Amino acid sequence: MKYLDEYRDGRLAGKIVEEIHRIQTKPWVIMEVCGGQTHSIVKHGIDYLLPSEIELVHGPGCPVCVTPMEMIDKAHAIARRPDVIFCSFGDMLRVPGSDGDLFTIKSLGGDVRVVYSPLDCLKIALANPDKQVVFFAIGFETTAPANAMLVWRAQQEGVRNVSMLVSHVLVPPAIAAILQSPLNRVQGFLGPGHVCAVMGYREYEPLSAQFKVPIVITGFEPLDILQGILMTVQQLESGRAEVQNEYSRVLDREGNQPAQKLVFNVFEVADRKWRGVGTIPKSGYKLRWEFREHDAEKLFDVKEIDTLESEVCISGQILSGIKKPHDCPAFGKECNPQHPLGATMVSAEGACAAYYAYGRHLKRDKDDVKLTAISTGGAA
Amino acid sequence: MCLAIPGKVVEVFDQQGMRMAKVQFGGIVREACLEYLPETRVGDYVLVHVGFAISRVDEEEARRTYQLLEELDQLTELNAPLVDEIGDGRRKP
Ligand code: SF4
Repeated sequence: MKYLDEYRDGRLAGKIVEEIHRIQTKPWVIMEVCGGQTHSIVKHGIDYLLPSEIELVHGPGCPVCVTPMEMIDKAHAIARRPDVIFCSFGDMLRVPGSDGDLFTIKSLGGDVRVVYSPLDCLKIALANPDKQVVFFAIGFETTAPANAMLVWRAQQEGVRNVSMLVSHVLVPPAIAAILQSPLNRVQGFLGPGHVCAVMGYREYEPLSAQFKVPIVITGFEPLDILQGILMTVQQLESGRAEVQNEYSRVLDREGNQPAQKLVFNVFEVADRKWRGVGTIPKSGYKLRWEFREHDAEKLFDVKEIDTLESEVCISGQILSGIKKPHDCPAFGKECNPQHPLGATMVSAEGACAAYYAYGRHLKRDKDDVKLTAISTGGAA
Repeated sequence: MCLAIPGKVVEVFDQQGMRMAKVQFGGIVREACLEYLPETRVGDYVLVHVGFAISRVDEEEARRTYQLLEELDQLTELNAPLVDEIGDGRRKP
């Protein structure tokens, strides 16, 4: 069994865990927003180290997971066209749409390419003037500056044969939607470190004040996460609700301003549909009108495609912190990473996929594992 | 895919008026755009997300984060194919 002994500083981790146990008096539900944090928590069994009355629920912060199936189907329809070179980050290749995935389209002769940076699309467009190069621009705020630069440069350099299929989402409106739900259980948040490296955390302050929830901007190392949980529990136990920054060695309140500036030049805020959750008002970006020549949705008149999602899937409730993967009857059975039925299984950062990857579909209940984790780690 | 990967800036250059760098990640060197961190110098450590430096970090932070990403199997984006990284991307004569 791994856990505490493999931490960068097992003693420090043990101290933080002890302190959480010492100060906790009431049950609390805390959500980590970012998929990278979810992955790290499940891999390191962080939830098993906590008092049983502190529950971690897993948020909507995996952009691959929340990209709606309609958008994936649109991408596929465009990628099948012979006049198109379709470019995407590697993560999207295996995500199934209503009819296969990008990988299949590629094997059937579609020109589908994995890119490292959105700027690669500019190079591909210059080298292929007779093709339209379409980039599948998904992501949260972390990715928006990179994607914005592609369109900005294309316009500056007059490269007309490059466009973007935009499916950009934003974290603060998703947090607001979770908190507004009548079923909400979340009382505190670990905020997304790398999103805030770009955006800063100013925009989380009104959320924390309005809904009276602690939001602690947190990194994704196990020690960061434990520290973020401790800071959240300290606030909850003392009745405070503010934004704190656990990750100050990487980010500050203002974020990366040159990046924000270009993002606002290129994108404007729009309603977006989230897979499993539905439409959240003002929760994403679309291209500004000035960049319409580079908007793949305008260039290719792809019809709205009716998509069928699995009826058993509860990923929407998982993404909102209402349920956990084990509550789904299909988890690890009909639904697994090879045959994902829903949002939280399609990428390694989704909660269902992370639980599956670390064998949690095989465990009867978490208490079995919890005992082992603590006895080898020496905490608590 | 939201995570940024730390690396060391080993070269800074100009490409079509854009500030760019070569950044070393473990054994791999890839290009990154410096437009969002224009004051970056050779020898600095930066967090790079999909080919863009977004934040500076110190060496120790960079080392630890890289190690963690490796454990989490979150470095696969570095293996994406090279699209004419050296050169300006214009078609060769
Ligand atoms: S296990 Fe699959 S079907 Fe069940 S909630 Fe997760 S993604 Fe949906």
